Amino acid sequence: MKKKGLKEFKTFPQSTINEIQRAAKEGIYQIRGLGAKRKVPDFDDLVFLGASMSRYPLEGYREKCNTSVVLGDRFAKKPLKLDIPITIAGMSFGALGANAKDALGRGASSMGTSTTTGDGGMTKEERGSSKYLVYQLLPSRYGMNPDDLRKADAIEVVVGQGAKPGGGGMLLGQKINKRVAGMRTLPEGIDQRSACRHPDWTGPDDLEIKIQELREITNWEKPIYIKVGAARSYYDTALAVKAGADVVVLDGMQGGTAATQDVFIEHVGIPTLGALKEAVDALKELNMHRKVQLIVSGGIRTGADVAKALAMGADAVSIGSAAMMALNCNANLYRKDYEKLGTEPGYCHHCHTGRCPVGVATQDPKLEKRLDPKEGGRQLKNYLTTLTLELQTLARANGKSDVRNLEPEDLVALTVEAAAMARVPLAGTNWIPGFKEKD
Amino acid sequence: MNFDLNKKKLTDINKYLQNIDRKSNVRKFKIENPSGHHAICAGLKDDIDVTINGHTGYYCAGMNQKASVTVNGNVGTGVAENMMSGKVFVKGNASQSAGATGHGGNLVIEGDASSRCGISMKGINIIVKGSVGHMSAFMAQKGNLIIFGDADEDLGDSIYEAKIFVKGKVKSLGADCVEKKMDEKSINELKKIFKELNISENPQNFKRYGSARKLYNFKIDNAGAY
Repeated sequence: MKKKGLKEFKTFPQSTINEIQRAAKEGIYQIRGLGAKRKVPDFDDLVFLGASMSRYPLEGYREKCNTSVVLGDRFAKKPLKLDIPITIAGMSFGALGANAKDALGRGASSMGTSTTTGDGGMTKEERGSSKYLVYQLLPSRYGMNPDDLRKADAIEVVVGQGAKPGGGGMLLGQKINKRVAGMRTLPEGIDQRSACRHPDWTGPDDLEIKIQELREITNWEKPIYIKVGAARSYYDTALAVKAGADVVVLDGMQGGTAATQDVFIEHVGIPTLGALKEAVDALKELNMHRKVQLIVSGGIRTGADVAKALAMGADAVSIGSAAMMALNCNANLYRKDYEKLGTEPGYCHHCHTGRCPVGVATQDPKLEKRLDPKEGGRQLKNYLTTLTLELQTLARANGKSDVRNLEPEDLVALTVEAAAMARVPLAGTNWIPGFKEKD
Repeated sequence: MNFDLNKKKLTDINKYLQNIDRKSNVRKFKIENPSGHHAICAGLKDDIDVTINGHTGYYCAGMNQKASVTVNGNVGTGVAENMMSGKVFVKGNASQSAGATGHGGNLVIEGDASSRCGISMKGINIIVKGSVGHMSAFMAQKGNLIIFGDADEDLGDSIYEAKIFVKGKVKSLGADCVEKKMDEKSINELKKIFKELNISENPQNFKRYGSARKLYNFKIDNAGAY
């Protein structure tokens, strides 16, 4: 308890002192899971204007508001037709247990949306429970095989991840059990550090050829996504379009990870809000907006976040951390097990330890039993239903009969930073910082 | 059956070869005028024999399953990448990342292979009768990379359980890669591979390299090794 009158160092708050002393004791950086904990400008810094004298709303409970979206119709013969514009992000079997992957598949399928594999390949359970499954092609190529490629509904070439643009995957030895090791062709119990670059292509010109190969192997049926971490989003999006992507997935710095260095999570990449605007600008300048679909992820939590992302120009969003939380990640259960990890509900980022108290991010059979895939699937379905209802509520309030008719004109910013990043006016003004109208 | 890439689209040829009619007895095919096309014979999945007369571009025979593909020419980046099974023979030289991430089967390159040959290989056998470029067998997980000539810098960097055999000189070894004893088991393994591929070579002329396994679990004392 802080004594009255004591003044904390602004440069050295207690958390910083703790980290300096931990580093002095252990001599190694901190590894952890989930996404950035620092405050960054985000969708909470925007609000919708709603209907007014010059705009009229739709009836909240009577008039239809479409939520469906088609992803990947640029080149693919069989694009994905999803009922809602909220997809489940790539999370590996290995990082998550089989029950968690099963639950994600059940919840997403019941809502007519897609799930995504991760670094480590496709499991039978995941394919079985997922109506629409996106198969990731990562630098490690763990478990990659053409049979699974053909079983997938879409293919996502992962160039980067919002939590760590420029970094490869990491899965510590305690999570590499016999099954995970077998799928990855690695010895059990080693600290698995995946490559950060693809083994057989460098740069967008090569990637274009790689995509051609993937299409040849899958008869040009599957939509090809390119996933990038939010960094140079304007150029990355333009280059992804040039390389032949059907869909660009843009993952902001708030996006989670199973494990990586804390310094990487907190200090590399840019917030989702700023990255999204840059990506939409690139698509519009290439006249490819809505032709190459844009999925944005990284810190999406509510229907309001979804609505704001769509209003800024995204075609769909993807959720990872929030989906885990719907399965009880950081829930106020099994408190003693959180304490053993030196944390408590609401603060836990210990996915890397494999000791997940709620059985989501673990390979321990006893802990895994704490997550019933059916119940988890039901919880995820409820959560996705809530997001969808919130999204429709906001769309109708702005007079839209389709959620993708939301537009930047419906938004204003509450902070100067958010106004500059999202390029919408500061509330009550017509001022967009850094933006000059052309003469 | 012969295909001519000057007359027929690559996609049509690949589709035909990927969906062979099992009732047909035609199992041998030739492709003329490859002219550096990419992804020729990608995704084959049946026990067929394809000969390509000329040079190919990237990812020739990528993700091959069961098929035998012979290239009478040079190949571009990523020949037989992620191959699962079957055989790929290159009569000329290979560009970068030959046999990258391959899970199984045999890749035989008569000439040289450029950098990153066998990168992240996962069970494939790669035989290079010439020399290999730098960073070959980088992060190689399983399988055998057999080099008749020399190996450039950083051979086997961050290698896992793959084995490397070199008859010529090695310019330098990468992190955690060490020379190992050419034991009876390894000699027999090479003999078996050579016999299967009709290669006349004495396994005892090769040196063996593999992982020191010091970097399998991150220890701060080893940070300087990277």
